Amino acid sequence: MKTTFKTVVGAGVIAASVLGATAAQAAETIKVGVLHSLSGTMAISETTLKDTVLMMIDEQNKKGGLLGKKLEAVVVDPASNWPLFAEKTRELISKENVNVIFGCWTSVSRKSVLPVVEELNGMLFYPVQYEGEESSRNVFYTGAAPNQQAIPAVDYLLSKDGGEAKRIVLLGTDYVYPRTTNKILRSYLNAKGIADADIMENYTPFGHSDWQTIVSDVKKFASTGKKTAVVSTINGDANVPFYKELANQGIKAEDIPVVAFSVGEEELAGLDTGPLVGHLAAWNYFMSVKAPENDAFIKTWKAFIKDNKRVTNDPMEATYIGFKMWVQAVEQAGTTDVDAVRQAMYGQKVPNLTGGMAVMNTNHHLSKPVLIGEIQDNGQFDIVWNTDGEVVGDAWSDFLPESAKLTADWTYPWVCGNCEKPKYAAK
Amino acid sequence: MFQKVFKARWSLVMALSAALFLATPAMADDFADAVQGLNAEGYAEKGQAIEALAAVGDDRSVAVLGALMEGNLFVRAADGRVLIARESGSVYLMTDPVTGEAMDEAAEDAIEKIRINNKLRGQLKGVLGAMTLMSSDAAKRLSAADEVFKAGDPAILPILERALAREDIADVKTRLIRARAAIVLEHGTDAPARIEAAKVLSEFTDPDVVALLGKLAFMDGQGQPVEQDAAVFNAVKDAHQSVEAKLAQWAMLGNVFQGVSLGSVLLLAAVGLAITFGVMGVINMAHGEMVMLGAYTTFMVQEVFRTHFPGAFDWSLAVAVPAAFLVTGAVGMVIERGVIRHLYGRPLETLLATWGVSLILQQVVRTIFGPTNQEVGNPSWMSGAIETSTGLVLTYNRIWIIVFSLMVLGMLALVARKTLFGLQMRAVTQNRAMASSMGIRSGWVDALTFALGSGIAGMAGVALSQIDNVSPNLGQAYIIDSFMVVVFGGVGNLWGTLVGAFSLGILNKFLEPYAGAVLGKILVLVGIILFIQKRPRGLFALKGRAVES
Repeated sequence: MKTTFKTVVGAGVIAASVLGATAAQAAETIKVGVLHSLSGTMAISETTLKDTVLMMIDEQNKKGGLLGKKLEAVVVDPASNWPLFAEKTRELISKENVNVIFGCWTSVSRKSVLPVVEELNGMLFYPVQYEGEESSRNVFYTGAAPNQQAIPAVDYLLSKDGGEAKRIVLLGTDYVYPRTTNKILRSYLNAKGIADADIMENYTPFGHSDWQTIVSDVKKFASTGKKTAVVSTINGDANVPFYKELANQGIKAEDIPVVAFSVGEEELAGLDTGPLVGHLAAWNYFMSVKAPENDAFIKTWKAFIKDNKRVTNDPMEATYIGFKMWVQAVEQAGTTDVDAVRQAMYGQKVPNLTGGMAVMNTNHHLSKPVLIGEIQDNGQFDIVWNTDGEVVGDAWSDFLPESAKLTADWTYPWVCGNCEKPKYAAK
Repeated sequence: MFQKVFKARWSLVMALSAALFLATPAMADDFADAVQGLNAEGYAEKGQAIEALAAVGDDRSVAVLGALMEGNLFVRAADGRVLIARESGSVYLMTDPVTGEAMDEAAEDAIEKIRINNKLRGQLKGVLGAMTLMSSDAAKRLSAADEVFKAGDPAILPILERALAREDIADVKTRLIRARAAIVLEHGTDAPARIEAAKVLSEFTDPDVVALLGKLAFMDGQGQPVEQDAAVFNAVKDAHQSVEAKLAQWAMLGNVFQGVSLGSVLLLAAVGLAITFGVMGVINMAHGEMVMLGAYTTFMVQEVFRTHFPGAFDWSLAVAVPAAFLVTGAVGMVIERGVIRHLYGRPLETLLATWGVSLILQQVVRTIFGPTNQEVGNPSWMSGAIETSTGLVLTYNRIWIIVFSLMVLGMLALVARKTLFGLQMRAVTQNRAMASSMGIRSGWVDALTFALGSGIAGMAGVALSQIDNVSPNLGQAYIIDSFMVVVFGGVGNLWGTLVGAFSLGILNKFLEPYAGAVLGKILVLVGIILFIQKRPRGLFALKGRAVES
């Protein structure tokens, strides 16, 4: 018994010294947390973002690091397991003492991380388009809000160039992002004069693979003579069988165009896009955009990943912009302290890869351009429409009555993510 | 505005007819100018340029507009000339659209593609359709007739009449009649002719016809009929109803097909499990990963075909099926010898161990191939669909999967009934001690049986790679469905698996339109749980002593 006790104490001492050693080392580097699933369902999308952050860190270190220190990535694997995202966040902030985390893909993982970063005052950069209706003091949203993706896309479908659609099918995976987005879209469509009878809404489970019935339902819905278009918030793995079924059942983009919010270059990589030419996607970035920044980014990426066939996509650009902004803010603040960097973040500007400037607003969302592209037979998108300038990301949708009156602004006098009036306004 | 368009269309018709009958090679400069006009800024301007080019009435415009449609029409950056160019390796081979002569090669950044959108694509199809109505190739005339029907452009009517007069192939003729009736009904002014057209259209059982009739058969926002003429309105309404009723019957048939198709996928996924779980009693959570490995074997085989025998790509699946069987069979045997044989009779531990194996296999595949989807191509005989004109679409890949699943089941039944190994397999599972004392090496039979079950799962993977993602998660999607089918059909009975798979598939497909995909699945699951309460051994229960043990 005694010996056991001694061993335990001994082990404890060793463990403590090991921990001490890592802490001493940490003083010489700046730690950057990377919280993306490397296994499980979401690994397909998130691994790319982990590699993007590693590439950005690599680039920054080649330039001499940050504040005279080297950057060090702390990569953890939350394994597509939503509660594990919260645990890993706690581990990153409390144990690894990281001051910034790049991570999450699905909204449910972000929602699970949210209470932890708020409790421990961390800083999360979230790089994926999402449903909005959120603004946390501790999160910077570098992906698109609904008014930067969904609303312009529907506008395009209703426009002359987009085919003047009169009936809309809303297809989605059954979870928070599609349901909220479609709620916003439905009220927007109603405001545009499209009645509920002309809107079909359908939800399918994650990883749904048998699309026969739904695709033929869409065909039937389209056979009333009114121009019909599909808005797809189908997420992840389910897209490949969905598009295969569309192609096989001969739904051509000229007859029923499908505009998707979660299908980018990476998702098309596993598909023969020949029969899908003309179907659409709305993003803030496409790999096919010809711009010097984009060419350089693609070149760096292909060299870093050592694969000439790999593609780039929108969440990668969002990660790129977020990382650059954080670096600029740290340089400006002269420290990585979360509270100081947060103040320095507001108004930070980083050139978009597609041209123009991305600006971080006080509601923690970016101003970005919106692009709509048509799928080509080489798996890339041709841009058919884009906004004139940058669109300011809107945390609370103007098309839902209960959130239209909310404001997110983290500077004085508001200092609030969901308030109807400023917190500190003079009386 | 309208008049202008109308005029432009008329000039198009005149020019087209001129081109078709006189084939004058004159107006070369007009043609060159019109081609150059395609290099316009906006989509609306491009649309006008397309119309202008068609109006020139030159045979060469078919090639130019075709190239625009396919994305092969470019603008040279240096001098802004419009050219046809085809990608060849890292360079583009350019052709002069006016002379048709080959020009120099160009690098990718020296030329820029003329982009089109869906609207222009639709317009191009209509224009090209009108131009190919008189083509000597019957297949081209057929698709041209369909495109003309979809475009519904009244300016085409005179050409359509002429094409109709000289058409002698019945199938093409029907499509032409349909196109003519559609245009007369929608744009005509003569009421009796329009009523006649509505009658003609009511003979077609076709979703596109319903769409067209639907345009005129409904009330507008103010509750007024869209169609002003009451007699025409009634005729359209009758036609709409009759076509829709016919379509509904075909939709029913389509539903059955979809159910059978889903059933065949379930059957494929479950049939391997029917051996490992049904016959051997091993709760094999790594079953889905065997399916996944089969799909990855298909990918590997196709890679070899792509690099070494690109011409024989259509045969890749014929090689992939035995390859997948051998690979997954071997993996199955290793798992049985390495893990499962130590755990016979301990179902809980088997469950956990095979669950662990499944995670290991997934991560191994993820490490080797990466987490992203791999592209598995459909051979040409599995792409596309039989599109009957009734709105019933039978996709080839689904049809082949139904056939394949039945073949796999049939072969398995043959092996179990007619071979020595099958006999030994049945003997060991029914009474191990007795079989051993008869001189059967029961350990070997176990290993081979497990390998057989795994190999069949691998073959299922080949089929599923044609309709689903090939990613490390492929197997997880099927494991629960497979267990459901085996338990529902009756453990240890191949017929049960067959009937179980097809009835679950059809049930699912009939519930889906009413309940939605999510609720439909839940209802099926609840139904099975209730069924198992009533009949714990499933649909086809094995009887006899073996069961009691």
